[in-house]
Amino acid sequence: MIIAVASGKGGTGKTTLSSSLVSVWPSPVVAVDLDVEEPNLHLFLKPEISAETSAYIEIPEIDDERCNRCRACTDICQFKAIGIFGDVVMTFPEMCHGCGACWTICPENAISPGQRELGQIVTGRSGTTDFVMGRLRVGEAMSPPLMRAVKQHLNSTNEQPPRDMIIDAPPGVSCPAINAVMDADVIVLVTEPTPFGLYDLALAQKAFAPIGKPMGVVINRADIGTRDVHRHCAETGVPILAEIPYQRDIAEAYACGQIIAEAVPSARPLFEALVERITDLVKTASPGEEVCHA
Amino acid sequence: MKKIAVTAEGPDLDGRVDPRFGRAAGFMIVDPETMAFEYVDNGSSQTMAQGAGIQAAENVAATGAGVLLTGFVGPKAFQALNAAGIDIGQNVDNLTIREAVQKFKDGQVPLADSPNSRGHRS
Repeated sequence: MIIAVASGKGGTGKTTLSSSLVSVWPSPVVAVDLDVEEPNLHLFLKPEISAETSAYIEIPEIDDERCNRCRACTDICQFKAIGIFGDVVMTFPEMCHGCGACWTICPENAISPGQRELGQIVTGRSGTTDFVMGRLRVGEAMSPPLMRAVKQHLNSTNEQPPRDMIIDAPPGVSCPAINAVMDADVIVLVTEPTPFGLYDLALAQKAFAPIGKPMGVVINRADIGTRDVHRHCAETGVPILAEIPYQRDIAEAYACGQIIAEAVPSARPLFEALVERITDLVKTASPGEEVCHA
Repeated sequence: MKKIAVTAEGPDLDGRVDPRFGRAAGFMIVDPETMAFEYVDNGSSQTMAQGAGIQAAENVAATGAGVLLTGFVGPKAFQALNAAGIDIGQNVDNLTIREAVQKFKDGQVPLADSPNSRGHRS
């Protein structure tokens, strides 16, 4: 089973929740930080890092001698990664999405795949938990290619039978967020009972709905703000899976880089109950079906 | 004298210079000696998600203009225009096309050696 912990709004508690879920999950899991622009799950799980490997995307390299400026490449490129200005052909590597259309279409075979570094895939272990994260290269504008590389790594390294996976997703509702949740069996949306939390929760529901995965909501800092999030969940038929109270000892533990389920004894049962709610949600969504793995 | 491309909001010599380069509405290609002009639409660049400046530089290069007058040029477009051997005069917004060309002919528009806009993706 793959559980994606996502949110519309940033700073609602995705990593707080992910780290606690990892801690209370009944079997050893793979903890995955797919918030590659600002990964922070490692600050809580404190894994022992065993490997850091660079991931790359293929970008065009042009043989100036062979190129006859026919413009086939620049015409097909949707991202203007290749431009022809008068007699000068130029590439803009940072614009390239790595689709390979240019070297596929080039009639002169003047384009070959080169490389742009995307960032690192960092792997390690925290107790019995396997830990994997992507870390985007500073200056790299696109995160989905690195996220895909991390997922490819996960597919090729997960044990048989596969371990359950808990994904700490990036915030927002654009490509990176969609990429992080699209292979999940269930999406847990973390929000807070404020107008901002509600607004972005609604956006996230709307963005993720077409993927057709079961979704549930966790309300963090549940006793502040208004009841609007509760009302919204009732109206849209999305279950509230857990409510994490606004409590000083939780905030203190978080600020010290501790896992809430371990550092705050009163909070542990809450996360244990959440595991059951998540498992039930997946079962109800696909009754009698063996849950597929990535 | 080289033909001059001026970013334009429309096909009117007395219309305003479009301050944007990549997402300019179009270009007036002006012969500075006769003031004969031709308007080239930049529509394809305006709607692009990314790379508008690069596309616009291709569009200008295709007109054969040797000078570009505009408001703001980002780093990638600057690189592209340089590669095409097109001289760049920036900060000529708030003028009409005719005024901008006259200012250039009077030697009042310095040629830029660096972009004056950081672009959208940096």
